[in-house]
Amino acid sequence: MIKINNLQARVEEKEILKGLNLEINPGEVHAIMGPNGSGKSTLANVLAGNEGYEVTGGEAFFEGKDLLDMAPEDRAREGLFLAFQYPIEIPGITNATFLKTAINEIRKYHGKEEMSPKDFMALIREKAQLIGLNDTMISRFVNVGFSGGEKKRNEIFQMLMLNPKFALLDETDSGLDIDALKIVAEGVNKFRNKDNAVLVVTHYQRLLNYIVPDFVHVLSNGRIIKSGTKELAYELEEKGYDWIKDENLQPESV
Amino acid sequence: MSNNIKKFDANELYASKFDLFEGKLNGESKSFFHQYRKDALNLLKATPFPTLKHEEWKYTSVKPILKKDFIPASLAEKLEVTSEEVDSLKYKDYESNLVVLVNGIFDKDLSKIDELPSGILIDSLKNVIVNKPELVERFKDKFQKAVTAFDALNTTFASDGLVVFIPKGKVMEKTLHILSISGSENETVLSNPRNIFIAEENTEGKIVHQYVGKGSNYYLTNVVNDFYLGQNAILDYYKIQDEKDESYHIDKTDAYQNKNSVFSHFSFSFGGEIARTDLSTILDDEFITTNYYGLYLAKDKQHVDHHTFVDHAKPNCESNELYKGILDGESRGVFSGKIMVRQDAQKTNAYQSNKSILLSDNAVVDTKPQLEIFADDVKCSHGATIGRLDETAYFYIRSRGVPADLAKSMLIRAFANDVVEGVKIEHLKEQLNHMIFEHLNQIEIED
Repeated sequence: MIKINNLQARVEEKEILKGLNLEINPGEVHAIMGPNGSGKSTLANVLAGNEGYEVTGGEAFFEGKDLLDMAPEDRAREGLFLAFQYPIEIPGITNATFLKTAINEIRKYHGKEEMSPKDFMALIREKAQLIGLNDTMISRFVNVGFSGGEKKRNEIFQMLMLNPKFALLDETDSGLDIDALKIVAEGVNKFRNKDNAVLVVTHYQRLLNYIVPDFVHVLSNGRIIKSGTKELAYELEEKGYDWIKDENLQPESV
Repeated sequence: MSNNIKKFDANELYASKFDLFEGKLNGESKSFFHQYRKDALNLLKATPFPTLKHEEWKYTSVKPILKKDFIPASLAEKLEVTSEEVDSLKYKDYESNLVVLVNGIFDKDLSKIDELPSGILIDSLKNVIVNKPELVERFKDKFQKAVTAFDALNTTFASDGLVVFIPKGKVMEKTLHILSISGSENETVLSNPRNIFIAEENTEGKIVHQYVGKGSNYYLTNVVNDFYLGQNAILDYYKIQDEKDESYHIDKTDAYQNKNSVFSHFSFSFGGEIARTDLSTILDDEFITTNYYGLYLAKDKQHVDHHTFVDHAKPNCESNELYKGILDGESRGVFSGKIMVRQDAQKTNAYQSNKSILLSDNAVVDTKPQLEIFADDVKCSHGATIGRLDETAYFYIRSRGVPADLAKSMLIRAFANDVVEGVKIEHLKEQLNHMIFEHLNQIEIED
């Protein structure tokens, strides 16, 4: 589903990603872990098309299509979703208007008719319940007056509403207490199926207790330096990132 | 050679039209109001129109206005307006009494005023001057005196306008919608209304004032509004300036507030080539609240200017001021706001903010927030920001599949929101959201 080869990117003048390779297949959940500044959020933003990040080399394909060539809205219409680390407030635009516009623009792209108001409301009720949101929030302005936890939950709610093929979760666990964390993880678990894929970007292992990944990758200094299964996350939690860094200092391919 | 070029003198030009104007007033020239006109004429003869050298006009050149010969409405041919046109111009779906001013002259046939609570009067200035002069005369000390040449021009040729009078204890339940239609097919007309709004003690009212244009020619609207609020009066006034392209709009509005009164003035500015609003309030007693909100949109070569003055003369009052500008093309947005907190005005809360966003590289903003405080126990703040649309928010919206142009519209809506949300008339809010996108040629968001 996702194939990334030798991806390099920078923010302003700073090189952040220095040749990243990653392949994700349908039905898989991957986690990328790494210390602050390792390039986790950069990867998420580059894949979603944030123009504040400049791709300087490499390639990325989404279902065989050149991802890096697409506008952010087209990536979303193709089925990519980024849950933001810091969700944005949009005063004057209600969650309902926002989601209805997004859903219908995506449908239009695929040559489908607009969703009927009745179906839309039914979908809202269903998904809001999944994530434990009161459906009155739908008439509130996007993220305005939401607590940190509510904003994160709203990201997952948007994901459920748009039902993407590939969801990128950028530090969705940051700022969440354990109850909120469980709710968010439950939303993601209900979303997962054999046809879609999830990439969880996180600093801490605790989210991975609830969203159990198939693969864990360690990102350091702009490259994936170690990959493994979920056990790698436990090991990291126990030994800290220095363990990997130290290990990595030894020449690997002797 | 240069001696042969006669300088075009606007003061002289307009003063020369007075005799003709006076001759058309019939018996009304004997009224008390006519003395104002004559005093104003003297001022007009003696006071040059402002230039960029005047501190209060240094960002706004009125030269294009002064180069043209505008004919006072009462001397010009009548602009024909049908009731169908009125229906299509005014905002739909909300209950209101309607007053139509055509080139500043009250049009009784086009206006639709239902039965009003006893004592509330909505009538033409001309009628009031002749039939109920005491009503206006009683408040005359509170009304503004002409200072600039534009003020003087207004009063000199003030043949009509609107008087709204809400007597003690009355509530004007229905919103009053004033539709000012200006323009001409064959002439360049001076629409020159003088409007007087009196809300006595313990009264309430909501007024929407919509300015539009008609006809093939440009015109000048030069309006003077006076507001008087008695004790505990609550008055909301929404100005929606949507004059015709290439036309000019000069508005001088003064408010006088008594104890415990609340005056909210909203200025939504869309149209015209040069649009200037001067707004000032004297808070001459305690526990007064004054709210000024503005949203101005300009594109192409439009020039929009708001000058405000809030005069805190007594203690325990509050003023809130928020003006937001969205500027596209080669437009220019000017804001100059002054808050005066006089020595007696302890415990004053005064806030002022001007925020602008630029949608193009060639738009210009001039902002001048001023605070003069002579009291020591006050809370005051003022500030100004100028920026572009928020890139992160733009990306956020697009990342949900929303195309770039619609994402831009959403950000414009978000920026305008805190002013539009202050509007207490639901249908007007919708109308404004619609007008914002239409004016900026942006795609509309369907709620």
